Formats: sequence, structure tokens, C-alpha cells
Amino acid sequence: MKKIEAIIREEKLEAVKKALEEKSYFGMTVSEVSGRGRQKGIPLQSRVGEYRVDLLPKLKIELVVFDEDVSAAVDAIVRNARTGSIGDGKVFILPVENVIRVRTGDSGNNAI
Amino acid sequence: MTVNAGDTAWILVSSALVMLMTPGLALFYGGMARRRNLLSTIMMSFAALGVVGVLWVLYGYSLSFGSDNGGFIGGFDFIGLMGVGQQPSEVYASTVPHLAFMVYQGMFAIITVALITGAVVERIKFKALMIFSVLWLTIVYCPVAHWVWGDGGWMAELGALDFAGGAVVHINAGVSALALVMLLGRRKGFPQESMEPNNIPMVVLGAGLLWFGWFGFNAGSALSSGGLAANAFVATNISAASAAATWMLISWINRRPSLLGVVTGAVAGLVAITPAAGFVTPMAGIPIGIVVSLISYYSIILMKTKLGFDDSLDVFAVHGIGGIWGALATGIFASLAVNPDGAAGLIEGNGMQLLIQLASIVAVAAFAFVITWILAKIVDVTVGLRVGEMEEAVGLDLSQHGERAYGGLLR
Repeated sequence: MKKIEAIIREEKLEAVKKALEEKSYFGMTVSEVSGRGRQKGIPLQSRVGEYRVDLLPKLKIELVVFDEDVSAAVDAIVRNARTGSIGDGKVFILPVENVIRVRTGDSGNNAI
Repeated sequence: MTVNAGDTAWILVSSALVMLMTPGLALFYGGMARRRNLLSTIMMSFAALGVVGVLWVLYGYSLSFGSDNGGFIGGFDFIGLMGVGQQPSEVYASTVPHLAFMVYQGMFAIITVALITGAVVERIKFKALMIFSVLWLTIVYCPVAHWVWGDGGWMAELGALDFAGGAVVHINAGVSALALVMLLGRRKGFPQESMEPNNIPMVVLGAGLLWFGWFGFNAGSALSSGGLAANAFVATNISAASAAATWMLISWINRRPSLLGVVTGAVAGLVAITPAAGFVTPMAGIPIGIVVSLISYYSIILMKTKLGFDDSLDVFAVHGIGGIWGALATGIFASLAVNPDGAAGLIEGNGMQLLIQLASIVAVAAFAFVITWILAKIVDVTVGLRVGEMEEAVGLDLSQHGERAYGGLLR
């Protein structure tokens, strides 16, 4: 089992969600996060002139999949989250030791 | 002197309108603070409704409007509202109950104290601010109100025109704010870190309430319900609109049309028309509004960027500079046809009025600056003006009030 953590643009959530859904990956956790990469922030308007905000709002999608599904899921995310400009985000893949479904107590592959 | 029902209704409604400006100001300022200082910023304004509301009836009204002492300050005749009743006063607003005139004036004292706080948010110790506010109301506000509006006040005798408080409220608060900032110093992190407003819709709501309440502030200052009130009402709206549109254009030319800019412009326009509203034609609101946005905009840049003063929410640039322009503009645009109790201004050939206005600006600004400096210094050496570094870092909401703006498990 692997956990996929994808940091994406806020406006790409619907496209990514839909693509994952089409491949039958339904379960996910989405959170609002702030962060920075090479984009180094954006200028915002103040009363006069502007100021820079260097931590930008992004979304983090987390999902856990079988090992053999990793490349398909990541592919769906990357293709649909990409604009080609700086600030598209990153995808991390982590090993998962175990998963337990709270309702039934099932664990391992049965719980995904 | 008999009570006129229409005038009384208008003054009571105006008093309520001006009262609402202080919570409006609290939201206007609060939204511009950082999240961890939102409540403390709101508290600074709202506390004035409590503290000044009481002090005003105990002695503030008397020191401002009591019988004259050398043109400088009122006497003790109205202490504890002694002799202030349902009949009109013998010298002020002869068609409304003295009580109505008194409470109307009290709302001005409250918001003036609240206005100053925008300069010192996010680092002043609340206890220090409260002590300062009491001293400032007593030793700065009451005398200045007496000079300009009190019977026998020297500035009124001189012929200075201040319809609704350009000098008493705005120059007074703006210049005092600057003196306080100079003693208090910058917020930690200013100007390297960006101080992002926590909630701009809240700022807009506050500005909306200010604009709404300002009709009571300016049109109510006619102290009667009639043509002059209507003149002031319309002039007020025209100036606010002109200034809002101008600020929008300036920000647009420089980058993009900014909402925070539009509402700041509206408030600046309201400030500038305040001394003029009942002395100038409504259409004079257009040049008054356009010019105030131009000078306030560049004053903010000058104060913050060039001079490095952390007048956090631009009280001096908007109220001080805006009020000074308003006082001068009154001397330029005043018309006897609008208000026979006023004066002719520069455009009607009376350059002297502009000089009188200038004298009143210098007097109020100098007095406010020097006395505020002294009062703040006294507070600083006794209880200390500023919170500790850790308290500032944690935020004043928690460190001063033990509260936070947003509850819940997260954040």
C-alpha cells in the first residue's frame, strides 16, 4: 500500500477528482494548505501599492492505493493538475504500514 | 426657545447614526489587523463607547460646552448633567432639548477617541490605552471642542469654520495618532514582513456603517432638520463618492482597482467634507473628494514607505491630512449663500477666511501633538505603553483579553 500526497492548485481540484473517480479511486482527503516552492509568492494590493505573499494557498489531496495502482493514480493527478506554469505543485509517494477501517475493524488491503 | 419636533427627531436619529459609526470603525479597523489582533483592535474602539460614554456625562460635556473660561475650556456648570434637561439650552441648538444636544456631542467625543487607536493597534498595552484615552479626552478633546464649538471658544470667536468636526475630530485624532506612533514605535516585523488584513469584507462592512453614520455626523451638525441639513447630507455623499472613485482610479493606474482602496477613499472623502458640509455647495464635494484621495494616497506612501512611521491603519494620512485638506477646502469653497451664519471663502473673494482656517489647523495640530506626546510619555514611564515582545508575537487578543476571534477545534 502506498499513500499519495499531492499538492495542487486550488482550481485543479475538480479535474483531478473527476479523473481519479473515472479510474475508481473514490476515497480521498482534501485539505487547504499554504506553502511555497520556486514560485516565491505573488503580489497583492494594499491600500497603496502592493505587498508580497510568499505562502500561497494550495490544496493537498491524500489517498491510499494498492501498490500496483500507484502509477495510474499519480498519472491521473499529474495530467489533470498541470498547467505548465510555475506553481503546479508536487506529488509525494509514501509507504503505508497498515490501514484500519474504523467502522468494521478491517485492516490491510481489505480496508482500502 | 421651544422644542421643535422635527429638529429633535433629526438630532436624536443623528445621535444614533453617529453612535453606530464607532462599532463601524471597530470593524473597519479590525478587518485590517492581523488575525491574532482582530479582537483587540475591535475592543479599542468599542471600549470608547463605554468609557467615554460615562465620562462625557460626568464632566466631558461640561468642560466642552460649559460656561467659557478665557476661550479655552468650559466650566463646571453641567457636571453630572446638572441643568441639562428637556428644555433647549440657552446658547446651543435652541430648538432641541439640551439632553439631545448633549448626547449628540457625546457621540463625537467617543468616535474621536476610537479613531486614534487605528495607529497603535497590534502592540499597545490595553491598560495604557485606557489610561491615555481618559487623559486625552479630558486634556485634549474637551478643550479643543470648546475652542471650536463652545460658546465663547477662541476659535469660534476668530471665525474659524468647522461644521462637523474636521479640526475637533479628524485633525485632532490624526495628529495625536502620529505623536503616539512616534513614542510607541513600529510593530515587530514592520516594514519587512507584510501585514496582511485578516478580513477585507469586514473592512467594507465597517466602511459602509461609517458612510451611513456620517450622514448623522455631518447633516446632524446643522442642529436642525431643514435645508442646511439637506445641503450637508448631499455634499457628504458627493465627496465620499468622488473620493472612492478617485482612489479606485489611482490604484487601477498603479496596478488593479483595489476594494480596500475604494473604501479607504470613501472614508477619506467623508473626512474631508466634514468641516465643509454645511458651508459649501453640494457640488464642491467633487473637488474636495478628488483632492483628498490624491493627497491621502501619497501621504500613506510618504509616511510608511519613505519616513518609516508605522501608523498602522493610516490614521494620520487619512484623518489628519484629510482633515487638514477639509479645513483648507472650507476656507476655499465656503459660500454665504449656502449658510449665512458661515463665511465667504477664497472663491467668493475672501482670502482672509483661508488664513483663519490655516491658523485653526496649526493651533489644533500643535496643541494635539504636544499634549498627546506629554500624556503618552507619562503613561509610558508609569505603566508602559507597549506590550512585551512575547505578548506581541502571540497577539493582543490572547495576551490582553484572553479571547480569540475564531473558536473551534482548528485554528
